[in-house]
Amino acid sequence: MTPMTLTEKILARHAGRDAVQPGDNIWVDVDVLMTHDVCGPGTIGIFKQHFGKDAKVWDRHKVVVVPDHYIFTADKMANRNVDVLRQFVREQNLPYYYDVGTDKYKGVCHIALPEEGHTRPGEVLFGTDSHTCTAGAFGEFATGIGNTDAGFILGAGKLWVKVPPTMRFVFHGQLPPYLMAKDLILAVIGDIGCDGATYRAMEFDGDGVYALNIEERMTLCNMVIEAGGKNGVIAPDKITLDYVNSRNTRGVPYTPVYTDSGAKFIFEKVYDVSKLQPIVAKPHSPDNRAAVAEVRGTKLDRAYIGSCTGGKLTDFRAAAQILKDKSVRIDTFVVPATSEVAAGLKTEKIGGKTLEEVFLSAGAKVGPPSCAACLGGPSDTFGRLNQPLSCISTTNRNFPGRMGHKEARVYLASPLTVAASAVTGVITDPREYME
Amino acid sequence: MTMQTTITGKAYVLGDNIDTDQIIPAQYLTFNPAIPEEYKQFGKYALSSVPPSQAGLPKGHVPFHTDDEFVSPYKFIVAGKNFGCGSSREHAPIALDAAGIEAVIAEFYARIFYRNAVNGGYLIPFESVERLCERVCTGDELRLDAAQHRLHNQTTGESYELKPLGEVAPILEAGGIFPFARKSGMLKS
Repeated sequence: MTPMTLTEKILARHAGRDAVQPGDNIWVDVDVLMTHDVCGPGTIGIFKQHFGKDAKVWDRHKVVVVPDHYIFTADKMANRNVDVLRQFVREQNLPYYYDVGTDKYKGVCHIALPEEGHTRPGEVLFGTDSHTCTAGAFGEFATGIGNTDAGFILGAGKLWVKVPPTMRFVFHGQLPPYLMAKDLILAVIGDIGCDGATYRAMEFDGDGVYALNIEERMTLCNMVIEAGGKNGVIAPDKITLDYVNSRNTRGVPYTPVYTDSGAKFIFEKVYDVSKLQPIVAKPHSPDNRAAVAEVRGTKLDRAYIGSCTGGKLTDFRAAAQILKDKSVRIDTFVVPATSEVAAGLKTEKIGGKTLEEVFLSAGAKVGPPSCAACLGGPSDTFGRLNQPLSCISTTNRNFPGRMGHKEARVYLASPLTVAASAVTGVITDPREYME
Repeated sequence: MTMQTTITGKAYVLGDNIDTDQIIPAQYLTFNPAIPEEYKQFGKYALSSVPPSQAGLPKGHVPFHTDDEFVSPYKFIVAGKNFGCGSSREHAPIALDAAGIEAVIAEFYARIFYRNAVNGGYLIPFESVERLCERVCTGDELRLDAAQHRLHNQTTGESYELKPLGEVAPILEAGGIFPFARKSGMLKS
């Protein structure tokens, strides 16, 4: 049989076929469908319009609903949208709903999914959010879709997909302490452009990838969409399986899948991670790459640490390493992705202080878990750029208007670079603050 | 909608990498497109985050709306590379549809926008063979012949070849993924 990539193998299995090749249009069975407060109401509307107002979802154990985008806001429409989710969950009796204002509330869906055991190797996950590709870090096919596709899945449990060709990115060597997965993915996007992986899968491989912890692998896969990628994927190893098994408390069976030797890649690039530099993406595109050295000294008004990309415990540990015993010189906003990350900020310590104490004593503001200002949102959103400010951020996207004001300038960088820049008020190389 | 074979109207021209935040800024995603009165609102805010200098090329600073605050006088968007990149929000093709756009002609699309446009049946996303955002000017009168995949510029007299719709043509002709899936027996009618 023709050797296949990991992505091709997962899609073939879910289409009930022995083999597929890039370009094939196939119907695949869906393991998990995720939606949230921004796209959920439209999805529910499509589902009811086409399957009937009393229709039931295809499998209530495969639907995960995570309000996360516009949560801590006085905006009536935003709050109404969470009510639409609540009502649907009630009428469909959906078990996996993480409601606002309850102990179950999580925050950012892409981090909530693995924490709550909804990501497993070999599966097919669709979500009504472009950063659904984050879950490729668990060795599954995961991608973002719109309301119509999601409404279709809610009733049919299937979706047509075109099998993407796979690009392979190999990272070798030991990652220096001043670099993070964010620097690696910004380097890749800078190299191939923000349309360089359009209609393609991006597979990450090499000892430099397997040395990363699971959260850093999520950061890599999270940003494949910024290169136009359909999905990003990393084959599961012991780190993946240990994490997944510790979270898969319901014992859902799964089958890990691996790329066959001899599988064809449409593109291949090898990086020596020990030779890379801290990187930023300048306004107004994630592929507008510059080495921090080239833009150091650029004046900033604000720093932001949060989101599915840069709001995990690993990200805050890195930022705290720089911010301990320092003060920020510009407004600095800290937003944990989920309630679990927020709890970690209160328990994990560095130099005798909790991470949260480090941020607060440095003068940063710490907000409640949600997507917050990563995508702007209603005008009262925590950290939103309501003025044309310059901001350095651990988030994923910096197109015009992304974080609020359409003339704001957003620089994307690693949590280390963002923290160092918060201390000085200008773009700063994290090495200046690392022992 | 089911696909029209000929569309005539004015072009609104944009550049490369027009992302979904420019097409419909996140603050307006609180409207629920499943409610008709709210669907209409997306038309009002369509393209409202495009920087003014890039709005309505080649000159820029051309408002997308004139007399009607919800519906634009333009029927076509002509753009460069990677149209619709960024988020998965279906509100993006919805906003263009609500504003009266019937077809987009770009060099190529980000895949989620393309899927949403096709599967939701909101508009026809054609790909051009040559870079048209530097050939067509905002306000030019265009005529699209979908079956022949040709675009005629009635203002300049030029005619441009477009790429055939290929595998998505049957979905667009059916009017979206639901009617397509029913027609092909994938869904019971």
